[in-house]
Amino acid sequence: MEIVGQLQKQFVDFSTSLNHEGFLDEQYLQLQKLQDESNPDFVCEVVSLFFDDSEKLLNNLATALQQQVVDFKQVDAHVHQFKGSSSSIGAQRVKNMCVAFRNFCEEKNLDGCLRCLQQLKHEYFLVKNKLETLFRLERQIVEAGGTVPVIG
Amino acid sequence: MAKNGFFSRLRRVDDLSHEVHVLAVDDSLVDRKVIERLLKITSCKVTAVDSGRRALQFLGLDETEKNSVALDGLKVDLIITDYCMPGMTGYELLKKIKGSSTFREIPVVIMSSENVLTRIDRCLEEGAEDFIVKPVKLSDVKRLKRCMFGEGLGLNKRKLEEHCGVAIPSPTPSLDDDNVSSNRSPPSPCSPRSFSSLPSSPTSSTPLDSPTRRFEASSES
Repeated sequence: MEIVGQLQKQFVDFSTSLNHEGFLDEQYLQLQKLQDESNPDFVCEVVSLFFDDSEKLLNNLATALQQQVVDFKQVDAHVHQFKGSSSSIGAQRVKNMCVAFRNFCEEKNLDGCLRCLQQLKHEYFLVKNKLETLFRLERQIVEAGGTVPVIG
Repeated sequence: MAKNGFFSRLRRVDDLSHEVHVLAVDDSLVDRKVIERLLKITSCKVTAVDSGRRALQFLGLDETEKNSVALDGLKVDLIITDYCMPGMTGYELLKKIKGSSTFREIPVVIMSSENVLTRIDRCLEEGAEDFIVKPVKLSDVKRLKRCMFGEGLGLNKRKLEEHCGVAIPSPTPSLDDDNVSSNRSPPSPCSPRSFSSLPSSPTSSTPLDSPTRRFEASSES
C-alpha cells in the first residue's frame, strides 16, 4: 500500500532525526523494547505520565522562583525530579538543561535559574511536540493497515 | 562482597514455578511505571510503592503501626529502591531492612541517577546487593535476576531465553545487553554496573560471578 509505505518512511526519517538532533536518546529505544502485544500503548502511557509530571514541575519551579526569598534547595529538588523523569524517557535535551539548571541552583544564581527555566520550558515543549508528532504518525500507520517500523 | 545470605537465598527459590516477587520503591511515577514493566517483562511479580514508609508498611516493619503484620504472607524476594526520595531515602530504607531480623536476608538493590562512588560504597557497606545507575535498562534487570536467582531457578526458562536472546545456561552477558558506551568495558555478568568502567577491582569480584561454582556449592545443601 502506497500510503503505508510513505507513512512508514516518514516515521523512520523523523525518528532518526530526533535521535540525531539529540531530542531523544537511547533510553527511548529501551522503552520501546518494553512495548509488545500485551502492552501495546506502554510508551505512550509512560510519556503521558511524563507530560503531566513535567507540567506540574514547571509550575512549581515558576512559583518557587517567584518567592520573596527563594529556597534554592527546593528549586533544586524540583529540577532533580525533572532531570530524573526526562532521563527515564530519553528526553536528552531536557535532561541536559536540567543539569545546567542545577549548577545555577548550587550557585544560588537567581538570574541564571530564571534563564534556565525559560530554556527548560522551551526544550520541554519542543520535545513534547516532537513526541506527539511521532505518536500521530504511529496511529496513522496503524489506521492505514500497516505496522510501525522498529527503530534501532 | 556478597553477605552470608547468598546461598540461603538460592535455596529458598527451589520451586521451579515460583515467581520472583519484587518490591519496587520509587517516588517518581514515571520511574515506577518503567521499573514495574521492566520487572514484569522479566517474569517477576511486582509490588510498586512510592515511599520507604510504604515499603516498610507493606513488609510489616512500620514502627508507627502498633501491631505490624506483614500483608497477607506475600513473600518478597528482592527489594529495589531509588536512593533519592523525600522523607526516607533509599539508604535509610536499606538500613531499616538490614536491621530487621525478619527481613535482613532479603537482597536490596539501590538505584540512583548519580554515579557517586562514595554513595555506592556506603550502600554496599550497609549490605546492598547491587547498585544500578539510572536510567534503568532491560539489561540491568535481566542481569540482576540472572545473578540473584540463578539460571533456570524460579524462572520460566523459555521466556528467559526469548528475552535474553541466549540459550541457557550461559555465564556471559546476553546479546541483548546493549551498553553502547564504547569506552566502557563489558561488565562481568554480576558486578554492579557502575563498576564496569573502573579497572577490575578486587571488591567487585564476588561469588556471584561464577554460575557453575554457584550450582556446585548449592548442591551441598
